[in-house]
Amino acid sequence: MPLVEMTDVRKTFPAATRGGQDVEAIRGVDLTVEAGEIVGVVGYSGAGKSTLVRLINALETTTSGSVRIGGREITTLKERELREVRLGIGMIFQQFNLFRSRTVWGNIAYPLEVAGVAKDERNRRISDLLHFVGLADKAHSHVEQLSGGQKQRVGIARALATNPSLLLADESTSALDPETTQEVLALLRRVNRELGITIIVITHEMDVVRSLAQRVVVMEAGRIVEEGPVLQVLSDPQQPVTRRFVATIVDDEPDPEALAALHSRHAGTFVKLAFRGDDVRQSDVFAELLRHGVTFELVYGGIEEVQGETFGNLTLALDGDPDAVRTAVAAVRDLVPTTELAR
Amino acid sequence: MSDSHIGQLWPLFWQAAWETTYIVAITLTLGGLLGLLLGLGLYVTRRGGLYASRPVNAVLNVLVNFFRPIPFVIFIAAVQPFARVVVGTGIGNPAIIFALTLAAMFGISRIVEQNLVTVDPGVIEAARSVGASRARIVRTVVLPEALGPLVLGYTFAFVALVDMTAVAGVVGGGGLGNFALQYGFRQFDTVVTWTAVIVIVALVQVVQLAGNVTARRVLRR
Repeated sequence: MPLVEMTDVRKTFPAATRGGQDVEAIRGVDLTVEAGEIVGVVGYSGAGKSTLVRLINALETTTSGSVRIGGREITTLKERELREVRLGIGMIFQQFNLFRSRTVWGNIAYPLEVAGVAKDERNRRISDLLHFVGLADKAHSHVEQLSGGQKQRVGIARALATNPSLLLADESTSALDPETTQEVLALLRRVNRELGITIIVITHEMDVVRSLAQRVVVMEAGRIVEEGPVLQVLSDPQQPVTRRFVATIVDDEPDPEALAALHSRHAGTFVKLAFRGDDVRQSDVFAELLRHGVTFELVYGGIEEVQGETFGNLTLALDGDPDAVRTAVAAVRDLVPTTELAR
Repeated sequence: MSDSHIGQLWPLFWQAAWETTYIVAITLTLGGLLGLLLGLGLYVTRRGGLYASRPVNAVLNVLVNFFRPIPFVIFIAAVQPFARVVVGTGIGNPAIIFALTLAAMFGISRIVEQNLVTVDPGVIEAARSVGASRARIVRTVVLPEALGPLVLGYTFAFVALVDMTAVAGVVGGGGLGNFALQYGFRQFDTVVTWTAVIVIVALVQVVQLAGNVTARRVLRR
């Protein structure tokens, strides 16, 4: 049984002004998340990803469709029953949303107070969590005294306090610098591995998806337009929006302007070779070119690694007798997906 | 100056100072509590609020907007019939306390509302996300998060109430303001007037200082 199962979910917000247009934030989404997964949801702002997560813990009510958490339909539950469901779902936020009127300790205590956990048990739990997130020495600090990364770690500890099976991370690293981002991502990875907690990460940073998620869901205008294993989506994006996201971390091919500039400096045929996994060795491809008497220069591209698999898109400028180049390209095409970019 | 009657007026003066103190204390407590409730009502029924309700919010707004702009000296006269019903008299300190409590309630409700809207909606969402009920969120998140500005707001209200007590004389109420008008202004006794003024200013200064210190302590947490 999937942990989260959304079927044809829609959410329409009433117009902000009278006579204005209603806002269709989610327009028919099907999404299944299995227990233990880390799923990344990417999209530009306004794509509906924040609304989507808030439908999962019922901070927003669905307009239509079904949302099941652990097999339980939550769209028909009363507010009091929803509060129980929320106890089993942790959430962290871009701006951390810590209580400034409470210390670090008090922030982590809050969900436990709500859940009615006895004081002894509560203290033990808070102490465990503080050690888990590495903030044992900050227990009695005030929120203002913490750095951004520390604040998010408190946010994570607070979200984990009631032992949830699911953690929703809404742009949880977008307000952090790159180094701190890596710290928080490493912590989230531990949350998944050591505690077995399923994580749904909302982000506009493809890098976060690459380093954290196993599966990625791409949203645009309230719909899921593409989804699949991260490696597959990164190496072979189908939708234009996905390609734009992938291009932020993976060099695909030079854009027309860059291509023209490159072509003015390097004569000859330009081909893009798409290496995927370890099926094809680059040396085999290069040997094939040389065997046809074609020399080449690497003009664009790079090698990426995702979850232990390498892949890359390399653009080569080929130089040699036109007939030789043509046969060489045909031979290379048998080894690796090849696109001719310019001649 | 030499012909001031201040020497004979000390007993009346201390009596007036005591009256100002207890009138303000009672109205700040009662009006403050009612104003807190009304302000909370305005806040939670706002669009996007915890108990969002357009009709309730509209009714509360009209109510507050109707009573709040009435100048206090006229407000006393306007609510005099109600004072007779509720406190049994339309004159003297009880009538003043009644009118002042009502006026304080409407004034303070806006101060409370203004301070509560500054609470980050994100922390309310965080509290909702861990399953807290709406009533619990008001009690354990909204009010504690706004405590610093609320302390300053109530300090401001205290000063306003001291100001408003000055017109208590119109229905036979007492206090330092009335004392200054009666024995200072009307008797051309500047020394008496200024004695009352200095004590009022001192009282306001002390309370403002206490408010500032408390707010700073709360905000540092």
